[in-house]
Amino acid sequence: MIETLEARVNADEALVRRGRFLTTTFLVEVGPNAWLIQIFEGRVVSVTAGPFVMPSSSFALRAAEEEWQKFWLSRPPPGSNDLMALIKRRVLKAEGDLQIFMANLRYFKEALAKPRQAGAAA
Amino acid sequence: MSATFEPVIGRYMRLELFGRPHRIYVEEAGSGTPLLCLHTAGSDGRQYRALMNDARVTAHHRVIAFDMPWHGKSSPPAGWHNEEYQLTSAQYTTMILEIMAALELDRPIAIGCSIGGRILLHLALEHPDRFRAIIGLQAGAHVDPYYDLNFLHRPDVHGGEVAAAIVSGLVGPDAPDAERWETLWHYMQGGPGVFKGDLYFYKLDGDIRGRVAQIDTRKCPLFLLSGEYDYSCTPEETLAVANSIPGCEVTIMKGLGHFPMSENPAEFLPHLLPVLEKIGSR
Repeated sequence: MIETLEARVNADEALVRRGRFLTTTFLVEVGPNAWLIQIFEGRVVSVTAGPFVMPSSSFALRAAEEEWQKFWLSRPPPGSNDLMALIKRRVLKAEGDLQIFMANLRYFKEALAKPRQAGAAA
Repeated sequence: MSATFEPVIGRYMRLELFGRPHRIYVEEAGSGTPLLCLHTAGSDGRQYRALMNDARVTAHHRVIAFDMPWHGKSSPPAGWHNEEYQLTSAQYTTMILEIMAALELDRPIAIGCSIGGRILLHLALEHPDRFRAIIGLQAGAHVDPYYDLNFLHRPDVHGGEVAAAIVSGLVGPDAPDAERWETLWHYMQGGPGVFKGDLYFYKLDGDIRGRVAQIDTRKCPLFLLSGEYDYSCTPEETLAVANSIPGCEVTIMKGLGHFPMSENPAEFLPHLLPVLEKIGSR
């Protein structure tokens, strides 16, 4: 699912334009599986699957697989429709240098919702 | 294309509040029973634009919305540049009652959303005789902080961008794009630290859990309407308040979020109109 981010984010010109001042690498954990996502000036340049020995990232987003699956439904249920909703329910942990996450919050919310486009089945 | 004008009239009111002169922007439309509208944290009275433009509301109601000081077209008081804005329950109560008196509103219906809904619970408890009825939208007794509020006001995070991004997921999934992004634009326009200062009331000072059950709906009818997709004031939190107050009427609105009157007026009005009708027939 998350491997689709590179193509889908980069195909969204407006999203890439809004991210033009964003260059970072962040970690996403979907249950036991980890990915490092590298962004250069708003474009996703790589999505690398773990496991990692010593992953370096600016921040990490960690949630159980079933939480991400609900988040990626084409119409998520209440409480699963937004990263902040997951954080409010304490099922998504955001850790690390969160200034980068919060300064670009709209970008990260829209980028991580990209897998929804396929009408992702649960 | 020829221009058209909405039936909404705006004026600036000069009013002394908390011992200081204020310049407060007030809009209204319609005539009849006054319907005083309170906006959410970090936004302004434009959230009620659809009510002011709907003849089903304005035919029998004088719909009035003011921008709180520091919000929308209302200025902060002189001296603001060296102050930290922080809204308290006491200030918010005083502001609403003073503005009602200045506008000579006799027992208006009050409708308020989020912080506006919360302060109306305070007013229902402490000043029930001043209102014909109270309609709380997304009104809960308390919300725990779920992110570091300092991100709302620091130089390395754009305040308007982050405020809108924080609340964007609170808009329901069925909101038309135009209304969704109009709602978020209001957040993007907020002054530095204003949303954060409002949340001081919402998340800290305005906690009314211990007293909310004392509201007497025989003195002032209370209606609570909450959107299904609101994770800030969840339906469960609204239902908990409603179930603790005898006589309180509650509706959970499917598909709507935290800003029903602004994000999706077409879906919200069918919930509001029967409430107004019920109040009118009392």
